[in-house]
Amino acid sequence: MSKMIAIDRLSVRYGDFTAIEEVSLEVEAGSAYGLVGESGSGKSTLLRAIVGLAPIASGHIEIQGERLSPRRARAQRRRLQMVFQDPYASLHPHHTVDRLLSEPLQIHRVGDQDQRIARVLADVGLSDAFRYRYPHQLSGGQRQRVAIARALILEPSILLLDEPTSALDASVQAEVLNLLERLRTEHGLTYLMVSHDLAVVAHLCERLSVMRDGREVEKLDVQALRQGRAESDYTQRLLIASRGFVREAPDHTLAHTPATRP
Amino acid sequence: MTPLLEVQNLSVRYPSRRGLITAVRDVSFTLGRERLGIVGESGSGKSQTGRAIMGLTPPQARIEAKRLRFDGIDLLQAAASDRRKLRGARMAMVMQDPKYSLNPVARIGQQIVEALHAQRRISRAEAKRRALGMLEAVSIRDPQRVFDLYPHEVSGGMGQRAMIAMMLVNQPELLIADEPTSALDVTVQLEVLRVIDDLVTQRGMGLVLISHDLRLVASFCDRVLVMYAGQVVETLDSARLDKARHPYTLGLLDCVPQLDRPRHPLPTLERRAEWLQ
Repeated sequence: MSKMIAIDRLSVRYGDFTAIEEVSLEVEAGSAYGLVGESGSGKSTLLRAIVGLAPIASGHIEIQGERLSPRRARAQRRRLQMVFQDPYASLHPHHTVDRLLSEPLQIHRVGDQDQRIARVLADVGLSDAFRYRYPHQLSGGQRQRVAIARALILEPSILLLDEPTSALDASVQAEVLNLLERLRTEHGLTYLMVSHDLAVVAHLCERLSVMRDGREVEKLDVQALRQGRAESDYTQRLLIASRGFVREAPDHTLAHTPATRP
Repeated sequence: MTPLLEVQNLSVRYPSRRGLITAVRDVSFTLGRERLGIVGESGSGKSQTGRAIMGLTPPQARIEAKRLRFDGIDLLQAAASDRRKLRGARMAMVMQDPKYSLNPVARIGQQIVEALHAQRRISRAEAKRRALGMLEAVSIRDPQRVFDLYPHEVSGGMGQRAMIAMMLVNQPELLIADEPTSALDVTVQLEVLRVIDDLVTQRGMGLVLISHDLRLVASFCDRVLVMYAGQVVETLDSARLDKARHPYTLGLLDCVPQLDRPRHPLPTLERRAEWLQ
């Protein structure tokens, strides 16, 4: 398989603050790669650097073997599309779904708008009735479908997903995850997904990087993650946290348990 | 003994152009000094139930109940001033996101002191002493420093702990926590839950934990109410989560991806009108 994304010792700095320090990773074409970590770990910044929304201090990014320069060509931008975390914040509240979806087409001067919009809406499981609605008339899950449609309408080869389901209910999350999985096979897409939820990453991705404080902690495949075979303590801690709340036995029960003597 | 909280046939309705919209319908439960979870999707009425108990529903809402009592006090008959006295002193609520629920232009310590002064007449020095003690109780390592910080200067987990400190400083008997950890990182979530758990146990408070995460709530609470479209569809003992019967509850349990059980595609939730009476 060929490399779709290759990131080589990438660093991002804002003034004196280093958001990402020498992070490298490679994503095969048609696969899904996860980035996991807490807030402030730099996982979202990495996605933003790839689409050109964060200043690259050193290192470089290659897409299909082609190195991205700071000034991106339109065709390069078209191949990379991003879906943001919060569908309440990422859709323009005064634009109808139709206008939200036609804007990227106009920017990239793609014709045949009417049919493309109808097709992409069907693709994300929204009926034609949604086409002339405003974001506030949609539920959270429907909005996220619109956000995914907006990313898909330019027929990109890579989707960058920044916590695509963490603003959604568990039940709606399942629907969106199923949708993303189906779209990946149908369109042969490559995913790079950021999430703090290990189970979500394991569901959608084949490999992942764990990040902390702007650095990579470790890389592992999902099989290892599922079996708890993580090497670093930090990943182990994330694994424990993902199992949910466990009440520790109160101290006094231990202290006052009479010692049994033979 | 009177239970801490009695709720019988609670309904919350909002007037709209198309008539009354029912947000909560006939919810009943009693709460002692225990941990009760309320679980459901957005719009299931779980937060509205918590807010109605606190008396934080907007004035246009119509609240009806056969019974809504806190420690024997009829909340529906109580004057607004009496409810204000209860709020903060004997019942308190922690909201989802510390970014929005803390005052951004007041120092954290000052906000806790203010909560104290709202309820009792104590000296400033005494209030500060208690506020610092409370910050320590929520596992903030350097209370003196955090006392003087503004909310934007602390992390989400720290902000939520400060929020909990503010809510518990008057030693309420009932705490309603509405998605207290949803805005936080996974590792921080557990720390904050641990803080709530310790304080609830030590002080013998009643807790209502509202969340959309059934597994989390079940691992934390003694009992869980599952709400769907404003109604309670099932009440469960947390220890018997595997005995859940209602298809909606089973759906909520099933639709979450799990590390040890991969399933493709994920089962999605069924929603049926006939579940509502």
